[in-house]
Amino acid sequence: MTEPEAGRAQTLVPARNGAALQRYRDVLIALIAFAVLASLPLFTGSKALLDFVIRCSAYGLFATSLNLLVGYTGLTSFGHGMFFGLGAYSFGLIMQKLGVPIPVAFVATLAITAVVAAIIGAICVRLKEIYFAFVTLAFQMLIHSTILSWASFTGGDQGLRGGIPRPASLGIHLSNHVHLYVTSCALLILGLLAMRQIAQSPFGYTLRMIRDNAARASFLGIDVWRAKLTVFVLAALFASMGGMVMALFVSGAYPEFAYWTISGEAIFINMLGGVSTFLGPMVGTVLLLLLNDTVTRFTEYHGIVLGVVILFFALGLRKGLLDFVAEWYAHRRETGEGR
Amino acid sequence: MLEIRNLVKSFGGVKATNDVSLDFPDGSLTAVIGPNGAGKSTFFNLITGALEPDFGQVLLDGVDLAGRSPPEIVRHGIGRAFQVASIFKSLTVEETMLAAVSADQRTSAVLHKRFPLPEMRDRAEHVMELLGLAGKRHRTAATLSHGDQKLLDIALALVLEPKVLLLDEPTAGMGPEERWRMIDKVRELWESQKITVVFIEHDMDIVFKIAPKIVVLCYGRILATGTPDEIRNDSAVIDAYLGTEHAGAAA
Repeated sequence: MTEPEAGRAQTLVPARNGAALQRYRDVLIALIAFAVLASLPLFTGSKALLDFVIRCSAYGLFATSLNLLVGYTGLTSFGHGMFFGLGAYSFGLIMQKLGVPIPVAFVATLAITAVVAAIIGAICVRLKEIYFAFVTLAFQMLIHSTILSWASFTGGDQGLRGGIPRPASLGIHLSNHVHLYVTSCALLILGLLAMRQIAQSPFGYTLRMIRDNAARASFLGIDVWRAKLTVFVLAALFASMGGMVMALFVSGAYPEFAYWTISGEAIFINMLGGVSTFLGPMVGTVLLLLLNDTVTRFTEYHGIVLGVVILFFALGLRKGLLDFVAEWYAHRRETGEGR
Repeated sequence: MLEIRNLVKSFGGVKATNDVSLDFPDGSLTAVIGPNGAGKSTFFNLITGALEPDFGQVLLDGVDLAGRSPPEIVRHGIGRAFQVASIFKSLTVEETMLAAVSADQRTSAVLHKRFPLPEMRDRAEHVMELLGLAGKRHRTAATLSHGDQKLLDIALALVLEPKVLLLDEPTAGMGPEERWRMIDKVRELWESQKITVVFIEHDMDIVFKIAPKIVVLCYGRILATGTPDEIRNDSAVIDAYLGTEHAGAAA
């Protein structure tokens, strides 16, 4: 689903229905990916592998949503993790205190996220670059310290304890590990498909224009502020979804979910995987979680190892892994055509 | 018709635009000239909403647009191209055109359909043909030559189908030959599209050759307006700007 590939698809098919075909192709890829992921439990009894995929789902949704801001719109948020934390806590609290069916809590959490993101976004998206980055970070710290200090409601530094009730609904038993696994995969694939649609819609191209040249975009009649606010809220929704998957997985919510380091991890994932392709952050997610899991097994100084890897990508390659692959692929195609 | 009435803009103590009143009839082609710092670009910025005037009116077909935002003014039909080509560097020529049409058709916030929508195609295609960019449709804007980037900038303004097109130095940074090609293009567009065109230009040969009407700005004021012959022989213009060489050549 890289952009160079998309460009090729458009030249191969007649221009008029190229856009529609691209959508069918994306849905097809999503269905195949889901079929492969969902059938995994049939072939392996490894709980660790399934857990790994669930964590990839949570982080993948979160990191890809950040790419909508960073890669597509040029809005570098340092506080995107607040919506991951907000999703986890809202969902957990609604389930614990109200005992509603899971889909209701899911939708209610999205609604809460949308309102909070609209308010914070309205303040932040007018700001330029570094100011935007730091004010989003400030809001993240505000939410984090609210969670810590409002201990009677949120459990403070202990987090939401006692487990999140997971009653069966619509025939899905999320307390069953395989059910939870398949549901996480489904949410990941649906979320990615929705974000892909946003990225390839007319609105997605409006975002690219704003990233490249916001002043020019406004001279074409685009309301830049409104477009930025819209994508800020949309990205928050998918981050919140990621937070909910995480809350379901660990059956709780902890202040670390809302700490600034979680935003840092998402930025790191985007740097690892690359922001010029849609699936870059997904590749970055798998890389980071793999690194995390393997490095912590061998050394307690895993921070140093991860730091070296970050420096290698940031200073050495100056792009993410999938950017690299996409460029190599485009280059090969050009020389191939030249022959 | 675009009418400018008593337009004023000060920066600190400097009046960059000082009581400027001008009429641009429908379908006219006007050149704006003046020495550096004469307020030419400020004048364009005031008309297009990049700057808010302190005083005065910008009337397009009787509607006052002074002080409104750039998107609003664009939607009323005043398009502009920039002195330094203002384009979207990572989009291809075709994507740029389609996205601009999308903005004009108010589909730039549509989420549930794939870009591009079929109804964007014809206009984008038409303008790419018009400016000779159709053969470079799959090129990324950043990889275009300087001249093509300027053309793409003009195409961006033109694809919105404006009533008035403001071109801020369309030939800036070009070699002599390229300049003439560009200005021929501008003239050709003006003739074929029947729109009002106002352009800023430094090259006097170009201005006197193609502009039926010339406005001379100096220190934010209108020094003179008229046909090339009138301007060439205007004593105030000769003193302030042209010097005697052109006057001698004309005599």
